Amino acid sequence: MALISVSNNALQNITVIPASVASGALVLLSTQTASSSASISFTSGIDSTYDSYVFKFIDINPATDNVDFTFNGSTDGGSNYNITKTTTFFNAYHDEADTGTALTYQGGNDQAQSTAFTIIATAVGNGADESVSGTTQLFNPSSSVFVKHFISNVTKNSYNDYCINDYSAGYFNTTSAIDAVQFKMSSGNFDGIIKMYGVK
Amino acid sequence: MPLLYHNNNSISNVTSFAQVPSGSPVLLSTATASGSASISFTSGIDSTYDSYVFKFINIHPATDNVSFTFNMSTDGGSNYNVVKTTTSFPANHEENDGAYNFGYQDFDLAQSTSYQILARLVGTETDDNVSGSMTLFNPSSTTFVKHFISTTNNVLSISPPYSEEMFIAGYGNTTSAINAIRFQMSSGNIDAGTIKMYGIKA
Repeated sequence: MALISVSNNALQNITVIPASVASGALVLLSTQTASSSASISFTSGIDSTYDSYVFKFIDINPATDNVDFTFNGSTDGGSNYNITKTTTFFNAYHDEADTGTALTYQGGNDQAQSTAFTIIATAVGNGADESVSGTTQLFNPSSSVFVKHFISNVTKNSYNDYCINDYSAGYFNTTSAIDAVQFKMSSGNFDGIIKMYGVK
Repeated sequence: MPLLYHNNNSISNVTSFAQVPSGSPVLLSTATASGSASISFTSGIDSTYDSYVFKFINIHPATDNVSFTFNMSTDGGSNYNVVKTTTSFPANHEENDGAYNFGYQDFDLAQSTSYQILARLVGTETDDNVSGSMTLFNPSSTTFVKHFISTTNNVLSISPPYSEEMFIAGYGNTTSAINAIRFQMSSGNIDAGTIKMYGIKA
């Protein structure tokens, strides 16, 4: 007797296995590719299934030169991205001409109880080979007790040929569950890939 | 009729569902140093994954006070000489609590083909070693430079010793695909240690 199906499909085409089956620590939940996009939003999949989420940025390239890559959260499924945040921001930089290096806190890029989009990367260039890559981790977004912490670490070749390693961290100062996240440039559209993983 | 077998075992013990979106990272290769001049990964770095993570487990040099370094190749490992611009800053703290430091330090590169330092002053005391990880983003791109971010921790081989966390980031300034990577000490062999290469699910 031929084996035709088990569970939801033919065996060779099974696409879902039970949650009890051990798999890796990072579970890919969603991949979005920006192509001259004003923003990329993740409006599903952010819930209590995972207690932290990792967003990976692969070669984010803006249409406009010298802009910031930013993000915000939503507590209403993406209708509004305007959560109050307090954050820190510092970076290390070094130019290709070897004329300047520094590790500095960038007070102009942090936030104090602001609903504005948080800067993940500054001074991103729109040159053909210029881009941002890195990660943001969002902790326990579905908590109804705690504020929602996040930590970002990205690196880029900037619009003025600097290597810049940006670190930003902070918290969404809300006890409401965050159920959507949006990424965009401070001005203009962008290309690139953003992946959302759940951390087991 | 009871369902008993699929692939290699009873269905309750199936170990592989090739098409099921499983988790990451996916372990691609493990290299163990034993008096090795270098460790190179010359296969498996391609467009299958859009980022790769290298884990350094107890890297122990044969020579005292050397740096743990890496470089990349665009020709399958024939040459490790990709131009790089990088940043570097350590945080360190003396074992006797006498001093700590945090700030930019020049373990960086500016358009250089030299090997990039990931940890410095690595010692040969029996328990000295470097551990940490490095992420390499989209190495197979033929459009963008190749970003990487590394964090290691090390016992500085000075007296008194320090614990030092080293933060390195930068890019291989090439639009050619990176298809091999090499790790080595600045001098002497890697006496012992393991480097694992993982692919992050595409």
